[in-house]
Amino acid sequence: MEYITTLLSKNGLIFAFLITGIIIFIADFLSKKLTNNKIPGSAIAIFLGLVIAYFGGIVTGGNKGIADIKEFSGFEVMGGAMFRDFTIVSTAMGVSFSVVKKTGLAGIVSLFIGVVLTFLCGSIIAVSLGYTDAKSITTIGAGACTFVVGPVTGAAVGASSDVIAISIATGLVKSILVTIGTPLIARSIGLNNPSTAMIYGGLMGTTSGVAAGLAATDPKLVPYGAMTATFYTGLGCLLCPSVLYVLINLFFA
Amino acid sequence: MLIKGVALLAGCYILGQLLGETLGKLLHVDANVGGVGFAMILLIFSQNWLEKQGKFNAEMESGIMFWSKMYIPVIVEMSAVQNVRVALSSGAIALLAGIIPVVICISLLPLVSKLAKNNPQ
Repeated sequence: MEYITTLLSKNGLIFAFLITGIIIFIADFLSKKLTNNKIPGSAIAIFLGLVIAYFGGIVTGGNKGIADIKEFSGFEVMGGAMFRDFTIVSTAMGVSFSVVKKTGLAGIVSLFIGVVLTFLCGSIIAVSLGYTDAKSITTIGAGACTFVVGPVTGAAVGASSDVIAISIATGLVKSILVTIGTPLIARSIGLNNPSTAMIYGGLMGTTSGVAAGLAATDPKLVPYGAMTATFYTGLGCLLCPSVLYVLINLFFA
Repeated sequence: MLIKGVALLAGCYILGQLLGETLGKLLHVDANVGGVGFAMILLIFSQNWLEKQGKFNAEMESGIMFWSKMYIPVIVEMSAVQNVRVALSSGAIALLAGIIPVVICISLLPLVSKLAKNNPQ
């Protein structure tokens, strides 16, 4: 049996193609039979992905979801940042440039609102749960932005490693919530056109959450949301350890 | 040829990421600032330019289309390698700080997009 494990992990990426195809096949089947196509197959497939990630984490105790199981190590390549970004960029083909230009300013404004508001909310929650030092409050507020902004900020301001771990978990909760929640609430918040998708990307920021959530809502909206969301983490890493840390420091020195 | 389309996409990707990294360095931020966004804008411009030159053909397009269609499978894989275990077991602070700001931002979306429509650029 050993040689099968070796074969599968040696050909990890190809094996990932096969498994993903099977997952999507099952998801499409469930979407048709159980929900009469009301919940899109891609939304179910993404949810199944999260379920097997949870399973992988429970079985191995690792941090990379299903990829911690040796046979499935190829998932890390196909689901990693390189393929994610490469395929997101490819969706830009056929994007309407006039929409991008028209909504550009609103997109930039929504980025600032998204980062600052999310940071302040996260900080207030940290304070109300008993954190009193500026470093921890700032790091948890930054983690509420994305799971990259949290640790980058934590390292910059010198927060303790358990607080940094909490900030990563906070960002993960956000990313998963946006993934699952977007298709569910899209209709009630008017998220059905490119302009709104751009603003949504700016307000939410988590590239993986926005990209997956929009993919499950309407794949045509993905490039617009991803285009603004991609600036969010950078802006967060810029503002949180600097201006926003100084602000928190005024109250919790 | 198919590979020309893939190469165009790859070129835009690398150049965009490079711009994002450089911007991050210039701003003294330990992160890539908008690399994917720059790459997308480059792809839109270069596609337009090639179309005007009459050099963008169907086969090139299908080289890019393939990756664009692989997008959802990649996102499914990405979900499968998330640290869901930690996210679900990390206690009240991560759950609250992860959920509440998202809810507040989502409730702002209709307002911001309405403001954007009322102020056409």
